[in-house]
Amino acid sequence: MAFVLDVSETPEDQGSPEPSPYDESAVHDSFHQLIREQSQRAAEEGLELQPLGPGAGTLGPSGSDHQALLGPEGAAVYSAATLRILASMPSRTIGRSHGAIISQYYNRTVQLRRRASRPPLSGLARSARPSLRLYDLELDSTALEEEEKRALLVKELRGLTPAQRDHMLRAMPLGLAEKRRLREETQTPRGKRRGRPRLPSCCSRLSYARVPASHHPGLGLLSGLRALAPWHYALKRIGGQFGSSVLSYFLFLKTLLAFNVLLLLPLLAFVVGVQAAFPPAPRGPAPAFTGLELLTGGGRFTDTVMYYGYYSNATLNQPCAGPLQGGQCTPEAAGLPYNMPLAYLFTVGAAFFITCITLVYSMSRSFGESYRVGSASGAHAITVFCSWDHKVTQRRASRLQHDNIRTQLKELLAEWRLQRGPRSVCGRLHRAVVLALVWLLCLGITLGCTVAVYAFSELMIQSPVSAQPEGALLGLPFVVGLLNLVAPYLYRGLAVLERQDSPVLEVYVAICRNLILKMVVLGILCYHWLGRRVGALNNQCWENFVGQELYRLVVTDFLFTLLDTLFGELVWRLISEKKLRRGKPEFDIAGNVLELIYGQTLTWLGVLFSPLLPAVQVIKLLLLFYIKKASLMANCQAPRRPWLASHMSTVFISLLCFPSFLGAAIFLCYAIWQVRPSSLCGPFRTLDTMYEAGKVWVRHLERAGPRVSWLPWVHRYLVENTFPVYLVSALMLAMIYLNIQVVKGQRKVIGLLKEQISNEGEDKIFLINKLHSVCEKKERSRAGRMQAAVTPPALDAEDWDPWQHSAGPGSPASAHRLGPAPTALQTHTPP
Amino acid sequence: MGNKQTVFTHEQLEAYQDCTFFTRKEIMRLFYRYQDLAPQLVPLDYTSCPDVKVPYELIGSMPELKDNPFRQRIAQVFSEDGDGHMTLDNFLDMFSVMSEMAPRDLKAYYAFKIYDFNDDDYICMWDLEQTVTKLTRGELSAEEVTLVCEKVLDEADGDHDGRLSLEDFQNMILRAPDFLSTFHIRI
Repeated sequence: MAFVLDVSETPEDQGSPEPSPYDESAVHDSFHQLIREQSQRAAEEGLELQPLGPGAGTLGPSGSDHQALLGPEGAAVYSAATLRILASMPSRTIGRSHGAIISQYYNRTVQLRRRASRPPLSGLARSARPSLRLYDLELDSTALEEEEKRALLVKELRGLTPAQRDHMLRAMPLGLAEKRRLREETQTPRGKRRGRPRLPSCCSRLSYARVPASHHPGLGLLSGLRALAPWHYALKRIGGQFGSSVLSYFLFLKTLLAFNVLLLLPLLAFVVGVQAAFPPAPRGPAPAFTGLELLTGGGRFTDTVMYYGYYSNATLNQPCAGPLQGGQCTPEAAGLPYNMPLAYLFTVGAAFFITCITLVYSMSRSFGESYRVGSASGAHAITVFCSWDHKVTQRRASRLQHDNIRTQLKELLAEWRLQRGPRSVCGRLHRAVVLALVWLLCLGITLGCTVAVYAFSELMIQSPVSAQPEGALLGLPFVVGLLNLVAPYLYRGLAVLERQDSPVLEVYVAICRNLILKMVVLGILCYHWLGRRVGALNNQCWENFVGQELYRLVVTDFLFTLLDTLFGELVWRLISEKKLRRGKPEFDIAGNVLELIYGQTLTWLGVLFSPLLPAVQVIKLLLLFYIKKASLMANCQAPRRPWLASHMSTVFISLLCFPSFLGAAIFLCYAIWQVRPSSLCGPFRTLDTMYEAGKVWVRHLERAGPRVSWLPWVHRYLVENTFPVYLVSALMLAMIYLNIQVVKGQRKVIGLLKEQISNEGEDKIFLINKLHSVCEKKERSRAGRMQAAVTPPALDAEDWDPWQHSAGPGSPASAHRLGPAPTALQTHTPP
Repeated sequence: MGNKQTVFTHEQLEAYQDCTFFTRKEIMRLFYRYQDLAPQLVPLDYTSCPDVKVPYELIGSMPELKDNPFRQRIAQVFSEDGDGHMTLDNFLDMFSVMSEMAPRDLKAYYAFKIYDFNDDDYICMWDLEQTVTKLTRGELSAEEVTLVCEKVLDEADGDHDGRLSLEDFQNMILRAPDFLSTFHIRI
């Protein structure tokens, strides 16, 4: 594809005051001054890294594949004329000029208003670099002054809505004073905006989140919630002392808190609150409150709103007018009748659905931020530019960061230098054997734990529940908690044998093993409840039992986390500092996050049987935040290895979605569709499955009349029929496949564009060199002609000023010097 | 929420709120932080827009900045005359860009200006060497510094002219998802 480099199209050459390259007597002051300033500044800084020009006009010492113009000592030097043209190149005036930024944002505003992605190509001047078409610069034949451009921008900004205008203003890289002036000018001249409703400060945060998420209405709510910023100072201290990596754990904890509150609110409103307002008749005298209830969840708590068994299976608040349908008949005129079983089913279903949508949205957004199409390694560049964490504010932590970055750079260099050669076959075999052995041992430990849990649960089932003392019920949760505490340390010990090369891989493998253990144990427990307990407790309230078991698991999980913090962090620090003299232990981010995910899984498993379990989890998370923060500040130090906080956050939220939430959703679906509810308690006591409550309601609606007949129709043809499910799955598979193809295509395009940029760079250098040689020839021929006419006087080195050639034309006028001191630099003699 | 403050007029506060990423409460908190830096220099009444600049030495001694190796460059980039002495507008602008809510492009633009030590709109070899020296507190040898800078140029320089332009820098930032969380100062 052909493009035309028309340097002469700049308005400076069209007819004007700008001196031509041939006119040596004119001084290009500003450029000279700029160079002088910069070399002075470099000298002042005292950084004598390199005697060769740090100034603005030179291209850096280039690598082997560059065709830069090289002087005798390898520095690229150009004549004054060439430099003058280079200084007026569009690429050099873009960032610097204020007017250019204004033009750029004018174009962006126009695009925003017209919702076009690119300006029409026909209306733009041709230019060397296609990206410049977005900049309405001096290449345009109607060269606009800065004031006119500004007026255009103001006019366009007036056309936007206030939210969009504010968003545009905030994103502009101009100074605050300039932005305020623009804003004042764009205010509609209808006088002061008295009537404009001002959002309170908490809601203006939501509006920040809302405007960029304006294409996803309502889903910006999660980022708005996050922006409400409780614990602002605590997080600031943690970030300041330990950096972003440890902070990611606490941010994850905050996210989980938000999820639990989201789960709790519909349950409180539609299930717990209503049932608490219409309590059923008590079954018998309530047992006395002993402290053990807080641990076991039984006793006094059994017959309360906390568990499934309390909820009535009838329509509450039913007026006595119609025939009694088994509901509580309130004689006084009451409000709406409230079908409790239906409400219970739908609320739990809706809460899970909302959680699912929010989780998938968070995961996809996090994924989108951390993984990019066509992102190659670039490890050095990223380490140099993006690894300094500006949040760190303490001297000691700052020094640690310096050390970490230095170590990281040294390691990168070492890796590159060594280019670790392929190991011998023997070495590789040995390594494979060690890896396989360690994995076998870890899986063996997992199997052992699983068998232990299974055996213990079978043991518990042998003796009937009522015969056991309350405290014995804690046996199974304690065993599970103990195994979850001890096994990760065993895994860590075995991982030392492995000696992984990459620390990131080490973390992933550890997470994988811990996750397998926890999920398998939970799987065994779910089988134990739904498969065995239901049968064992066939004439009692098994749902209450399962709810209490989950409550016990949540509480013991909290206790064991406290124990782990105490021993793993406090005691280990004391041992490590006094006996081993190794300094404070590192904060184990992966292990702690997996604990949080495990606790959240338990909550999701238990919501159906214990609607107040999210409240327990909220209290637990709040306490955990403060305890972990205190322990962190006192006992730990930041991890020494680079952590990749953003990738890990994505991994954590994916783990929360996939094994954790998906498993809980499967458990819930199985419990609703397949398991027979107990006949003595709960809102589904007379039905075959919990789902039947919905079916009963649909049949009731069918009989109710023609106005709501669409709902049974929807139910029969879309929900009970399997065809729509196949259709939706096929559509989703097709979408996924198309997206994969699009990504592949994008990758190809990125590769082509990179090549194109590289080619254009080479073209540019080639043309600059050609330009330089043309100028040189012209000067030489002119110097030759003038020398023939006049004999040159003697040249005094101190008086010689490269910019003014009053001393004589015979001097090698094409030399260019940087700065006032000629000693540090070389002069270029023409070949 | 009553307008009990007498530091700014209502319009000024609204203007600040619209042009930065801060809410009214945060702007007032930032103002008091600014005022604490130089209590005798900064008046408590900004309704008449006084022209007050807090010198760089005081800005650089703030707890959020004092251990940051790039504090001088940050102050220079955001100050009006490039000398590090900041007015209240500059101060608010600086913390607004470095806050959590600033978009990636804006942060990348200012990060580029910060790392461009000689202000020539390109990050050349010399700029890179300055950056690496400041990052490692001069503890890498000169040869290692040069090697690192060369590798950075290899990785990020798209048009192979030996220096990074703003587009090269932004392209590289896109590949670094951690940039948003590290280029962030909490105040």
